[in-house]
Amino acid sequence: MMLSFFDQFMSPTYLGIPLIALALSLPWVLYPKPTPRWLNNRLITLQGWFINRFTQQIFQPLSLGGHKWAALLASLMLFLITLNMLGLLPYTFTPTTQLSLNMAFAVPLWLATVIIGMRNQPTHALGHLLPEGTPTLLMPVLIIIETISLFIRPLALGVRLTANLTAGHLLIQLIATAAFVLLPLMPTVAILTAVLLFLLTLLEVAVAMIQAYVFVLLLSLYLQENV
Amino acid sequence: MDVKLNELGAWLGGRDFTPNGILSAIRRGHDRYYNKYINVKKGGIGGVAMLLVGYVAISYLWEYDHIKHDRWRKYH
Repeated sequence: MMLSFFDQFMSPTYLGIPLIALALSLPWVLYPKPTPRWLNNRLITLQGWFINRFTQQIFQPLSLGGHKWAALLASLMLFLITLNMLGLLPYTFTPTTQLSLNMAFAVPLWLATVIIGMRNQPTHALGHLLPEGTPTLLMPVLIIIETISLFIRPLALGVRLTANLTAGHLLIQLIATAAFVLLPLMPTVAILTAVLLFLLTLLEVAVAMIQAYVFVLLLSLYLQENV
Repeated sequence: MDVKLNELGAWLGGRDFTPNGILSAIRRGHDRYYNKYINVKKGGIGGVAMLLVGYVAISYLWEYDHIKHDRWRKYH
């Protein structure tokens, strides 16, 4: 019985092809390439506006060395936000609920920021391990704590995205099941549950967008420290 | 399409099923859909919405074997 609620996170195969393959390739289809014309169609205009605003917002506090990451972070943001939002459609599969995918995004990118920091400015990068103004007695403990917090960053990045999306999907399924089962028994309570479901879906839309944004924002922060 | 139904077999036999051929077929299909519904002066939500509904339908078909057990299950 309990197994059924988690079944939505197993990628079903059809003719040997898992659905995750289709889900992962869909964001590529949805964003057409801008043409060299002066006025593009509405979809491309919206898309260009969004990417411009987002890149401006994220890269404003970053020094020039970090601007090399613009294409990577912008495409990562687009990818994550599309995957999250598409997962809210009925019967679809959300690849970002899989911890493996999120760790595959988080660990290499975080490691890249750390290695860049260590190679280009090792003193400055190591200096981040000790915040300014700490009392002398606390210094050893604090360095250990800061090192642990440094190494936990990729884990936190990956697990945050996974947990938020998985919890949201599970909640939607649970409350929808409750509303459906209650309908013949107590219609009023069922209607209340349906209203709750509606509000939850709105929340999920917001969470989908916010989580993608937070992921990329944190990466840009780690980059800012190190570049 | 300009292929008559009784000519369907012969038409299918003459098509190019190499990987390059399949890719170019997908490319042509995509360009046709894009230029008809999205790359227009006042394109609305319909172009993308049809794509998403198609995606939902394909996902449902893909998962049908898995979901059909949930139909009249007593405890979920």
